[in-house]
Amino acid sequence: MVNVTVNGTAVQVPEGTTILNAAKAAGVDIPHLCYLKDLNEIGACRVCCVEIEGERNLVPSCNNPVFEGMSIRTNTDRVRRTRRINVELILSQHDCHCATCLRSGNCHLQSVANDLGILENPYPADLVTGARALWPRDFPLYRDTNKCIKCMRCIQVCDKIQGVHVWDLSGTGSRTRVDVSGTRRIKESDCTLCGQCITHCPTGALRERNDTQKAFDAIADPDKITVVQIAPAVRTAWGENLGLSPEQASVHRMAAALRRLGFDYVFDTSFSADLTIMEEGSEFLRRFQAGDTRELPMFTSCCPGWVRYLKSHYPQWTDRLSTAKSPQQMFGAVAKNYFAHKLGVSPDKLYCVSIMPCIAKKQECALPTMKTDAGQDVDLVLTTRELVRMIRAENLHPETLAEEAFDSPLGTYTGAGVIFGATGGVMEAALRSAYYLVNGKNPKAEAFTAVRGSAYEQGWTEAEFDLGGAVVRTAVVSGLSNTRRLLEAIESGKVHYDFVEVMACPGGCAGGGGQPQNRDDEERAAERGQRLYALDKCSTLRFSHENPEVQALYRDALGAPGSELAEEWLHTDHDGWEMPRSQV
Amino acid sequence: MIRLSMETPDRAQQVVQDLCRDMGHRIAANPPGLCPVDMALNFLRLCHAQTCGKCVPCRIGLSQLETLLESILDQTAPEGTIDLIEQTASAIVDSADCAIGYEAAAMVLQGVRGFREDYEEHAHYGRCICSLKQPVPCVTVCPAHVDIPGYIALIREGQYDDALALIRKDNPFPHSCAYVCEHPCERQCRRRLVDDAVNICGLKRFAADHAGNQTPPPPAESTGKRVAVIGGGPSGLTAAYYLRLMGHTITVFEQREKLGGMLRYGIPDYRLPPEVLQRDLDYILATGIEVKTGVCVGKDIQLADLKGEYDALYIAIGAHADKKLGLEGEDSKNVLSAVEFLRNCGEGNAPDFTGKRIVVIGGGNVSMDATRTSIRLGAESVTCVYRRRVDDMTALPEEIEDALAEGCQILPLQAPDHIEANENGEVCALWTRPQIIGGYGRDGRPAPHNAQQKKFRIPCDYLIIAIGQRIESDEFEKVGIGTSHGALKADLSGYVPGTPNVFAGGDDVTGPATVIRAVAAGKVSAANIDSFLGYSHTIGTEVKIPPAKLSNAPPCGRVQLKSRNPMESRCDFALASCGMTEEEAMQEAGRCLRCDHFGYGIFKGGRTTQW
Repeated sequence: MVNVTVNGTAVQVPEGTTILNAAKAAGVDIPHLCYLKDLNEIGACRVCCVEIEGERNLVPSCNNPVFEGMSIRTNTDRVRRTRRINVELILSQHDCHCATCLRSGNCHLQSVANDLGILENPYPADLVTGARALWPRDFPLYRDTNKCIKCMRCIQVCDKIQGVHVWDLSGTGSRTRVDVSGTRRIKESDCTLCGQCITHCPTGALRERNDTQKAFDAIADPDKITVVQIAPAVRTAWGENLGLSPEQASVHRMAAALRRLGFDYVFDTSFSADLTIMEEGSEFLRRFQAGDTRELPMFTSCCPGWVRYLKSHYPQWTDRLSTAKSPQQMFGAVAKNYFAHKLGVSPDKLYCVSIMPCIAKKQECALPTMKTDAGQDVDLVLTTRELVRMIRAENLHPETLAEEAFDSPLGTYTGAGVIFGATGGVMEAALRSAYYLVNGKNPKAEAFTAVRGSAYEQGWTEAEFDLGGAVVRTAVVSGLSNTRRLLEAIESGKVHYDFVEVMACPGGCAGGGGQPQNRDDEERAAERGQRLYALDKCSTLRFSHENPEVQALYRDALGAPGSELAEEWLHTDHDGWEMPRSQV
Repeated sequence: MIRLSMETPDRAQQVVQDLCRDMGHRIAANPPGLCPVDMALNFLRLCHAQTCGKCVPCRIGLSQLETLLESILDQTAPEGTIDLIEQTASAIVDSADCAIGYEAAAMVLQGVRGFREDYEEHAHYGRCICSLKQPVPCVTVCPAHVDIPGYIALIREGQYDDALALIRKDNPFPHSCAYVCEHPCERQCRRRLVDDAVNICGLKRFAADHAGNQTPPPPAESTGKRVAVIGGGPSGLTAAYYLRLMGHTITVFEQREKLGGMLRYGIPDYRLPPEVLQRDLDYILATGIEVKTGVCVGKDIQLADLKGEYDALYIAIGAHADKKLGLEGEDSKNVLSAVEFLRNCGEGNAPDFTGKRIVVIGGGNVSMDATRTSIRLGAESVTCVYRRRVDDMTALPEEIEDALAEGCQILPLQAPDHIEANENGEVCALWTRPQIIGGYGRDGRPAPHNAQQKKFRIPCDYLIIAIGQRIESDEFEKVGIGTSHGALKADLSGYVPGTPNVFAGGDDVTGPATVIRAVAAGKVSAANIDSFLGYSHTIGTEVKIPPAKLSNAPPCGRVQLKSRNPMESRCDFALASCGMTEEEAMQEAGRCLRCDHFGYGIFKGGRTTQW
């Protein structure tokens, strides 16, 4: 333990504690902007600088450990003056039109500046204009260079957590800014659209393409029947920025809110997650039993960020992906082909919207391969954040709404479908049903919990299961740096698996790039994922193959998994579109 | 009435002079990888501030150039702006009245022609193709990328063994380099922005002198792969060391009796005592490397056989042959090549120069080695003859100073003309043609040409020619290894194109260079040979780097190594320079700005823990 004083108050902290955390232990919050625990401790913003007795200069508190007897002053005139000037300098290069910024009220910079009481800035605005400020408006990820404070968090997340290296500093001197690395343009880059840079951005510099108006337009169009699906992970997070408690933020209250917004039919993507299990599980068994996974595994295909990653970094393994569409796309295809028929309307009347914890889904739904004769499977994808903005725009107060059931058919789902939103969930759900398919009886629902991954640990989870005589070797991984490690181990022959689940975002969709941004910088993926497992545990149905509406769909229309019609509606050709190759 | 008055600079002028000096240091220590257009613009601004304002091209032209460059950087420049910049700068070069104007415009012109693609990227896409990849200047500039801030921090904590272990992660010759490295790392040391570069090489010597005996880490599990290394100098042994640590079985073939290459046979003992070299050799060999000395590849053993017998080959034969002047009388007795002379000394067969007059031809480090060795062999006089000026000599300035202090003479601006021999066929004089320094050549150095003076006779008993080295590449050429100007051809990975399993590096590829470049080549080839053999071993170290101190030391003079009394040291082959005292080493280590932690280093590239 080390003894230090913070503004005169003595405190004892473990060796290696940073000045910032030592101050916190003494009850003193030091404002900071760029600091992100373990990921970005680079002292770039200089807002957290404090005075240390005996040191010539002010010292950044985020990345320097305390030493025995250190006397820290966070509130001297010199500290206060310097902190203020540094924030004013940052503000001079920041587009301060907070009223039109989606982070207003939820912005690190705004709160630091407000807390300091900066009401006017002595430094004239110095914003980037013209061509250098441009960004393609049709790309699912949007970047506003004038809101970027060059904290470098996006670069660090993309480098260290995802290993994709899309962002880098560009230029030097006064013109240094964050841009796509290697002088590429974003559309030519291998950006997976995981959106982790967005969820770790302290300001409004990074966000999704705003598609809320398109949703409002569709709702307002009397000729359109709007059908909305809610992804499993959205229910774990949608209340965070609406001031709802986890209990209030139930999926059925979200269903009520979506109906208030004007959507005609509200469904749960967990339904089509069950359907995915039927298709992907059967496909896996077929490939496994045919010996197709003896050399290389079959990979899950439900995460579009992962599919983009594979196609840019390991294009030679594209055929190792399951051909099953993701639950989102399956839902759209079934809605337009089956549900429209049930309603007795032409499929082109249906406008399919999905609420996703994801940016890459916006791109997935627009792929040329994601359609059937009934049209594009999904017409519009909104992130969890966009849903929250729509709820706020309509002045809805979800906590006052009664919970409502989903529509039917396509509204019933099992716990196996719900856990799709957490790392390991797809694998666990698939194994539950694969066991049934092989043995003709259900395993215990808890039989495969060993595949549940962890959100922020390095590496991957592996488990072997005996599916009635044959041992299936599985691995589960989340986060793309971890994924790269796994792929390299597979490539070099160090490990072998039959079936691998990959989620681009750490912790799976629960930690997705479309989930709410929070000012406290806490990583919430694990906690949100646990909520999904808890929902599974209290479900009456826990096996995808027992979903009665899925069974009805096969009975009424599809026949059996892998049938010709199932292939047409529910499977895709991953080679049917191009992804820029990685430069690494 | 006062007709004249004494002029003293006023306070403002004094301060500006100081600022100019600081700015000079700053520019000299420019970090690598900056935006060239932004630099050009700001150099131009500085130049323009020097304008008196009398003439149009300089007063207005430079100003308009600034506007145009700025518009390029802001991506607001209309099409054709780069051409306009070029035309404007040309007009200023052609018509400015004095150097303030035409030299400023010439710099812009040089830039717009020299890095036009940077201008175009900015103008068209608003982006910079520069890349600040490795932010720690010393580590970037060191060819072997040794973790310099890391080992200086360890020295500051008194962890000399750890400092050496950390150096050995990238360079297995810490002892030898501590004495003879040309220390390019100091060139762009960020401390120069404050006062002067950290004496990195001196600190390394302090660590090396104070470290205990160490044993190398155990090699990785044996791979069963066999690699032959041809040449037991710094490059070959570096590759051998790392490949051995990676678990491969190594045999080193060395044509001389002892290992060390140029470190033993080229560098005189007063600069690198043999026992210092031996420490490195012992450590490297302790990993379990088989050594076959006295074996000359091409004579005693054929390369073609080695190619078949071993899984991979690394050729690092150095540049041990001499270059001839091609002058009349060059084959006279007592005309020696410097490599041969120094090699003989290294082998213990030094000639007795007692009472002899020695002339050395050449201006590089080898000529200084020959010069200073000659005086130690008892020569009555030693004269180093060079065709350019002393300023143009490529030898390290401290070598030249020490040679002069030891009583050697340097005779610049004399080009060798012919060699006069006596009736016994022994050299008795060098005739030179006096030179005058002239215009700048394509290499950016002022070139000498014949002066209108008579030939000059320098009487001598021995003539040592130190005008460069050659590579004995003939035997290798015969078996299909490509050469270019006598050097072996290898790509940047060390691989020799057209061969199945041959790599090469060091002086035999680059031409005569430095120890640290030879080491770097060995390191690069070791990594690529390992990959070639189908492995991905990594080299790292367990050493923990002490955290940086919170804020840095105020300006403080650089500690320089002291020389022994030159009148004493000229009489023996003992070390000519003295290491730092502990007090000096601690102060000097405290001057390191820890660029691995402060600035860009903590964000990206501050430390490579393994390769």
